[in-house]
Amino acid sequence: MRVWKFGDDIDTDAIIPGRFLTIYDPQELARHAFEGTREDFAAQVEPGDVIVAGRNFGCGSSREHAPLALKGAGVDMVIARSFARIFYRNAINTGLLPLICEQADAIDEGSTIRVDLEEHVVEAAGKRYPLEPVPGFFREIADAGGLVAWARTLEEVELCTGSRS
Amino acid sequence: MAATTVEAIFSRTCGKDVHAGDVMMVPVDGAMIHDITGPLAIRVFQQMGGERVFDPGRVIMLFDHQVPADSIPAAENQAYMRQFAREQGIHNYDLHEGVCHQVVMEKGRAGPGEIVVGTDSHTCTYGAAGAFATGIGSTDMGFVLRFGALYFRVPETIRIEVSGEFSPFVGSKDLILAITGDIGADGATYRALEFGGETIAGMSMAGRMTCCNMAIEMGAKTGIVPPDALTWKYMEERRAISPFRLESDADAAFCEVREYDVADLVPKVAVPHNVDHVVDVTEVAGTRVDQVFLGSCTNGRFEDFLEAAEILGDRSFSPDVRVLIIPASREEYLKVLRAGLIERFVEAGALVEAPCCGPCMGGSFGLLAPGEVSLSTSNRNFRGRQGSTRAEVYLSSPATAAASAIAGEITDPREVS
Repeated sequence: MRVWKFGDDIDTDAIIPGRFLTIYDPQELARHAFEGTREDFAAQVEPGDVIVAGRNFGCGSSREHAPLALKGAGVDMVIARSFARIFYRNAINTGLLPLICEQADAIDEGSTIRVDLEEHVVEAAGKRYPLEPVPGFFREIADAGGLVAWARTLEEVELCTGSRS
Repeated sequence: MAATTVEAIFSRTCGKDVHAGDVMMVPVDGAMIHDITGPLAIRVFQQMGGERVFDPGRVIMLFDHQVPADSIPAAENQAYMRQFAREQGIHNYDLHEGVCHQVVMEKGRAGPGEIVVGTDSHTCTYGAAGAFATGIGSTDMGFVLRFGALYFRVPETIRIEVSGEFSPFVGSKDLILAITGDIGADGATYRALEFGGETIAGMSMAGRMTCCNMAIEMGAKTGIVPPDALTWKYMEERRAISPFRLESDADAAFCEVREYDVADLVPKVAVPHNVDHVVDVTEVAGTRVDQVFLGSCTNGRFEDFLEAAEILGDRSFSPDVRVLIIPASREEYLKVLRAGLIERFVEAGALVEAPCCGPCMGGSFGLLAPGEVSLSTSNRNFRGRQGSTRAEVYLSSPATAAASAIAGEITDPREVS
């Protein structure tokens, strides 16, 4: 897993600019990912690569084109110090795993990492950094492969029941 | 047990006490989709096995981001949604009414105590009507269209208490920019922002919409103004509705309370490339601008254009500036038209366009070339938001935008008037 390193407040306009929003195919969206802000990404990203970022990754628009563009590029997970709320949900729903790591800044560009989802840890350059476990309900959707797969098992929903976070 | 306004809304909907931190499946009262995010929501609805939407009367469809269609793919997406609306019996406002958030508000499609979702991050605007309204992605919307409900985590609330009277040419946009600068782009993530106090009580619905609109720029799940006499009057003009009490209890548990006195507030500007990089207009005065955009769901209402026209007087806009004026809806356009403002703006050198999102989302028209500078009354100045990633976008109030469009450089509106 090769690391593509990004900073704080990476917004959805950076991930996929507004002029490409008539596109819905993930592979085609991937060709325009980070266009204008990180030109080498679309050309060189390889399946299995990971994005590592700072705070508030995915802020801005509700456009699901953003996680889809990353998925289309073969990126299956984003590790960040924190995520914007709508992006976090969109990522879970579309099968892109958003992982929160307080020490994400310590992971270097281009490094090779290993993520252990059972131990909740990411290993980089011989060091281990803790990952926050994905909360229960979100984990259920992620494990199903996204919200579509999860919802297909439902006939109807039970209203106003739930749990404490 | 004491409740915040948001907790009260969820408790009312569920018929039992609900508290911040609860995660639950909750029915929604309204679901808005537009031309950018709608097609994917419809596909997801179908992939989830959906055949008929949960309630066509609760689905709000319209086109505003790329209208009239600016490309064949955009035209195809709109045709696809029109067909879906016909099949499902959904009333489609199509491209006739304007920008989604303005239209939902003025048609009375979001009201006090209601839970409304939309596939657009600025759905939080409807908090001005006392609704719990939040932006969601297309996959969540597919689920909503199928089941009429969605999982929510009931958010904690930050109370923003505002007192004092605005100085001339300072207003709601300057206030919300100041708050955004203080709280930061992620300072309210997963929380609700509740606006109250004497200044909010005296603020127009348009001003309240401006404040709630920008809650997302601090990461908030929603912004809300608990309904008062003005809110109920606004609602009663639009649909049959009976007022009821909806506000935070005196001893409600806010996670944070912030107090503002606007008496000393000055015009504010968000500088490139983050909405929370907010400075006093005097710090950037003199910055050359190539384009000024007055419009959007943040500031595309009659009072915004009236303020701009008052500053303009009988002057002309700078010939070096492209001034784009776009009322947010047909209703607002007619008000601006009937007040004679359109004639004045056109005489002064502006381009007045039909209601739509315009350059705000950088996909349709009014794009910026590398090195160009835009001053915009919209809500985002991210790199590349309005065209080239080597262009710069500043955000301001309509008053500052008008003053700057006259001078050709960022200008303190208090100096022009």
